[in-house]
Amino acid sequence: MGRLWFFIREAFRALRRNAAPSLAAIVTTIVTVILLGVLIPVLQTAQAKSDEVRSSLELRVAVFDDATKAEIASLREDLAVIPNVSSVGFVSKAEALRELKADLEDDTLTAQLNSNPLPANFVVKADDAANLDAIRQAITPPGPSGEPQPISPVIESVFDRSEERGEIEQVTGALRIVLLVITGLLLIASLMLIGNTIRLSIYTRRREVEVMRLVGATRWFIRWPFMIEGVLVGFVGGAVAILILWLGKVTIVDPLSDTFALVAAQDQTTLSFPLLVAILFASAVLVSALGSGVTLRRFLRV
Amino acid sequence: MAMAPSLRFRSRMGRGKRQGQEAPRRPRRGGAPIIELDDVTKVYPGGHLALERVSLAINRGEFAFLVGPTGCGKSTLIKLLIRELAPTEGEVRVAGRDIGSLPEKKIPQLRRNIGTVFQDFKLLPNRTVYDNVAYALQVIGASRTEIREKVPETLRLVGLSTKLHNYPDQLSGGEQQRVSIARAFVNHPPLLLADEPSGNLDPVTSIGIMQLLYRINRTGTTVLVVTHDREMVDKMQRRVIELFEGRVVRDEVTGGYTEESTTEFGVRMRGEMGVGVEGQTNGHEAGER
Repeated sequence: MGRLWFFIREAFRALRRNAAPSLAAIVTTIVTVILLGVLIPVLQTAQAKSDEVRSSLELRVAVFDDATKAEIASLREDLAVIPNVSSVGFVSKAEALRELKADLEDDTLTAQLNSNPLPANFVVKADDAANLDAIRQAITPPGPSGEPQPISPVIESVFDRSEERGEIEQVTGALRIVLLVITGLLLIASLMLIGNTIRLSIYTRRREVEVMRLVGATRWFIRWPFMIEGVLVGFVGGAVAILILWLGKVTIVDPLSDTFALVAAQDQTTLSFPLLVAILFASAVLVSALGSGVTLRRFLRV
Repeated sequence: MAMAPSLRFRSRMGRGKRQGQEAPRRPRRGGAPIIELDDVTKVYPGGHLALERVSLAINRGEFAFLVGPTGCGKSTLIKLLIRELAPTEGEVRVAGRDIGSLPEKKIPQLRRNIGTVFQDFKLLPNRTVYDNVAYALQVIGASRTEIREKVPETLRLVGLSTKLHNYPDQLSGGEQQRVSIARAFVNHPPLLLADEPSGNLDPVTSIGIMQLLYRINRTGTTVLVVTHDREMVDKMQRRVIELFEGRVVRDEVTGGYTEESTTEFGVRMRGEMGVGVEGQTNGHEAGER
């Protein structure tokens, strides 16, 4: 117990003496933690949006124009009994054209059509996006020759909006990469600044270290004060950043969520604030411990 | 348990002498010498040969000088003894134990049993005299009670009881060296190494420091003093080991202070004039402050 106080006293003494570099490290930690605190919910929202699009995806089963009403009705039943299918809807040729017109906005293209080239189709919705492929397999199981063999002769083709999904994933993926790179760079910056603080501290206290070694202090006895010093930097930086984040939440995000559904929606899709705080705080302390540990290993010859 | 950190080590050496015991000390025959070098060669990376086949033994309770010109390997020898360096060849034994092969984890334990004093004192400038000495005990995990008991006692021994709360830069060179000796001795190590302890001090102050080391030697601690102060060595008339270009060229006991010694120096060294109680019998010490 007395020993712990000795370590903490030594760490505070070192922080006081190294005020400028310590402050730089603390400020960088604050900025990093704030950015992380903003990035994590944003990333999660993006992820949630992408998941939402994916879960709304459906298969379209196009039917030949010459299919009879009976054939269509029996196909509908067959589709409905496929496992994981949550609903089956029918879009007639006329409805399909209307859909296309709505999508295109510009009707010059559809105006030039003298007949409706679009097939009537079934909209097969899955209970889960992950089951889409299995459903597609069930509709067109591979035949003896390996070629897909539709379960009904009236099926012209099966298609989905995978292109659209790809687009969404591309956008969120790019966003995610950019944010991760920024966060990564900031993490490295704070690691290095904490390391630098410890390095300066080792330099200012080389006399103490020398004396400790001479009188036979153990390796970890010499290291602990430096370790605690580094962790204190992370602790203070993390605490200040979380305070700022909390103020931001109370003054900006919470009033907005009353008016904007999207902001409010985040509350359901993202982490709860206390959990976010805990994660940020733990990572601030962990990163600072890592920064000091690595520096000690490199620069403190014991 | 005041002696806890060094107890195991001491008992292995078969002695339990405590500071303060004033019986006359003679090197003990039998039992392993406290320092033993056996054909030790040290080559620094880059090929510089610092020590070449050095063999010597220093018994418990001895007071020995290690002399020689700059670059003859004196400091290398000290560094080998505290395992700051490992020998290239040969064996370095402290208290009968080969320390060349000492695992890194055991090195702190070795150093707790060796007090070290240097020319540049190595005091912590932002701590008081008391804290400097207490620091040596704190970092080896001594209890507060132990620190409160031993630090004033040791500072009394070196004659600095009145300067407990001064900072090193408020002290004279001689007093600073006394603080560093107190720090080396506060744990009562069985072996004390002094690397040029009076190198930065004037001759009169140097005598005071030697007196103190001799007094510490009389409590049972083996003392090895590295110096190039020939005059001092000749006056002290103790064992002298001389190194030249990495080899031992002289190793002789030049007698001791017998009861017949009547020179002022002899009388003083015999410990009959208080050491550390400055200004009591020796006017020289007063000028040091």
